[in-house]
Amino acid sequence: MLQFEGWKKTVVLFVILLGCAYAVPNLFNGSRSDQSTAGVMRFLPGEAINLGLDLQGGSHLLLRADLPAVREERLEGIAEQLRLSFRDEKIRFKGLKASPKAVTFTLRKTENETTLQNIFKELGREFQVINEALTYNVSFSEAGLQLMADNTVEQAIEIIRRRLDPDGTKEPIIQRQGRDRVLIQLPGIDDPERIKRLLGQTARLTFQLVDTRTTADEAKRTGRVPPGSQLLESVNKGEASYIVEKRVMVSGEMLDNASAGFDQNGRPSVNFQLNAAGGRKFGRVTAENIGRPFAIILDGKVVSAPVIQAQIFTNGQITGTFTVEETQELSLILRAGALPAPLIVLEERSVGPGLGADSIAAGQIAAVVGMILVIIYMVASYGLFGIFAVGALFVNIILILGALSALQATLTLPGIAGIVLTMGMAVDSNVLIFERVREELRAGRKVRAAIEAGYKRAISTIIDSNLTTLFAALFLFIFGTGPIKGFAVTLSLGILTSMFTAIMVTRLFIVLWTDAKKPKGLVL
Amino acid sequence: MFRLKLVPDSLAFDFLRHMRLTAAFSAMLALVSIGLFFGKGLNLGIDFRGGILIEAQSQNAVEVAKIRSDLSRLSLGDISIQSFGSKRDILIRVQRQEGDETAQIAAIQRITETLGENFDIRRTEFVGPTIGAELAEKGMLAVGCALLAIMIYIWFRFEWQFSIAAVIALGHDVISTVGLFALASFEFNLATVAAILTIAGYSINDTVVVFDRVRENLRKYKSWDQAKILNKSLNETLSRTVMTSVTTSLALLAIIIFGGAVLRDFALAMLWGVTIGTYSSIFVAVGVISRFDLKRSDDEDNSAPVPEYER
Repeated sequence: MLQFEGWKKTVVLFVILLGCAYAVPNLFNGSRSDQSTAGVMRFLPGEAINLGLDLQGGSHLLLRADLPAVREERLEGIAEQLRLSFRDEKIRFKGLKASPKAVTFTLRKTENETTLQNIFKELGREFQVINEALTYNVSFSEAGLQLMADNTVEQAIEIIRRRLDPDGTKEPIIQRQGRDRVLIQLPGIDDPERIKRLLGQTARLTFQLVDTRTTADEAKRTGRVPPGSQLLESVNKGEASYIVEKRVMVSGEMLDNASAGFDQNGRPSVNFQLNAAGGRKFGRVTAENIGRPFAIILDGKVVSAPVIQAQIFTNGQITGTFTVEETQELSLILRAGALPAPLIVLEERSVGPGLGADSIAAGQIAAVVGMILVIIYMVASYGLFGIFAVGALFVNIILILGALSALQATLTLPGIAGIVLTMGMAVDSNVLIFERVREELRAGRKVRAAIEAGYKRAISTIIDSNLTTLFAALFLFIFGTGPIKGFAVTLSLGILTSMFTAIMVTRLFIVLWTDAKKPKGLVL
Repeated sequence: MFRLKLVPDSLAFDFLRHMRLTAAFSAMLALVSIGLFFGKGLNLGIDFRGGILIEAQSQNAVEVAKIRSDLSRLSLGDISIQSFGSKRDILIRVQRQEGDETAQIAAIQRITETLGENFDIRRTEFVGPTIGAELAEKGMLAVGCALLAIMIYIWFRFEWQFSIAAVIALGHDVISTVGLFALASFEFNLATVAAILTIAGYSINDTVVVFDRVRENLRKYKSWDQAKILNKSLNETLSRTVMTSVTTSLALLAIIIFGGAVLRDFALAMLWGVTIGTYSSIFVAVGVISRFDLKRSDDEDNSAPVPEYER
């Protein structure tokens, strides 16, 4: 055992050097792009450890796309489409209505099968039609639902990215999770409320004509809204509602650009440009309806309804009771496009940058103090061998940091606790060996023989005990989320590196010492 | 030369003599813990129950009573406000709001608005009811799977009696830790689950070291009485057990004192775990295997004295 071949020494040395090389970038904390260190950094393999959101500050959000709402809306569209098709084909029907899960209707008499099939085919392949005599039921097929979910969530992710990171500089992580969930990890955010404001509205923008045949008050009183029109509230609470034609004249998809500005009265406004198709349509509608109020509707609420003064083509302006900040956010949202479904926040964890920095500082102090305590205790208990163990402990810490950097694992606050804890547990392997050597010395073996026997006997214990701990860490990793996962990673790495340092590094120290000193006796 | 030795070299303590007493103590500990768990219940954190947690720092010392009366006017239900770390820091916990997720988000907004400009919001956590249930399920699954995997591993490496003893010792640690959380009303959250699993890992580590020695001595001293072998194994490993408990506790103490408020509960749970884990690997694990008639394997005999050439 005490023959430590040359190649083994080389391997140990190589591993330590590799660990150092990966660990060094962490000395230049957070100054990866700093000019002064850029020169040194170029020769080193890795980057600094990824700090978790709880350390660097940021927001973790788990959202759910409201798929039932999308489904209901799509089915309402289907009902409308069927109504138009039946009218064109002069098919008579009754009881056409959309429920959250299906559209149902009954035909007055048997119709031409081919005509019906053509109408149904036009609905799209996500839908299935079942009938019983003359009563029909149109709903999403199993595959259709899946397709709808996939499209909705993927599109939502794209829109979320454009809203949160319009310049592509913030490196947010936006991932789909499961069927209808989206996970967002956004580092370095000062105002988490802003994120929720940016994602809180679907931002569907439409322009619809106001129905002037009746007033909202009258419709409310009689409970009757003219066919083809609907009653919509104003975005401003307490303001009068509007009767608006259901037909959408121009919608947000036709937007080319939007920016915050001011109107001629100096009020904050959102200025927009429509694309060519949108501009043509806008021009036609405004020309035909001069003098009529034109409602600007955002997410089903009327922002304002200015009276059309003249024909307008591509450039328009939205004014309401906005603050400058609101117009900036609204124009950002409009540029990014409408979300295909409302998003519901299931979980949020946000940490401000101040707390993160404090946590790192506290973690560092705890690590240094813990280290000093362990060093004192080890040296007091084992003397020279204690110093060897402490040397191995330093190597151990370097290797953990190096491995974390090399794997680009994320260091979280519980992860720091994991490192500090590993320091306490890392010396355990050494303690096992040293205690064994003590016993062998007491049994009357000579120094070299005692060390040799001590190592030989301790190793199976070390492997058994560490592997069982590794199991616990493994399950933490599998079932843990966020910071807990980070803890599991550091704990597992700590177990592996501490086995390596105890079995190889401390031994190398001891071999070098026995070869150099050729000790006759040993007090341990 | 001076050497710090908390355990004398020639210790021959009869651990098994008081086995009745320790068994009764452990059984009581477990029963009381279970009683507390069902009777008093755990102080579940928002991770599992759903709800809102906000950590805020004021520019000057905070009057908790004033904040409490300000926030109670929002009628958000059960709100707990406590100082956290320093006099300028407060931790606000709000129960799950009636209604769906949007109601929760609205509540966060109203709280931050009420706190006003004077406060820097350092941390916001919100867990919706759906996620809370999922996290609880995952946490229990993690603990269960870890225990099972450990049991199977020990069964492979040792005899089945050891595997049963190890799991009973582990269960003892986990149950009594949960009992401590119920008794002290410490918040039970995801970090607690991590702490419990780490305690399990630590405790099993300790137990395996003792078992390893028991297995070795069973081969070495074939003619000895089983209780004598168990006692000898415990005495031989005690020095190491104490060393490791002390180094780990020192590191944990550093976290408790300097690691900040967020990690404190976590480290406290761990410190308890180190203590109970050390106790259980001696008295529970070995206590259980002392009840079995262990198989003495016939392979290699290490009882021969140290040969002359090695002296």
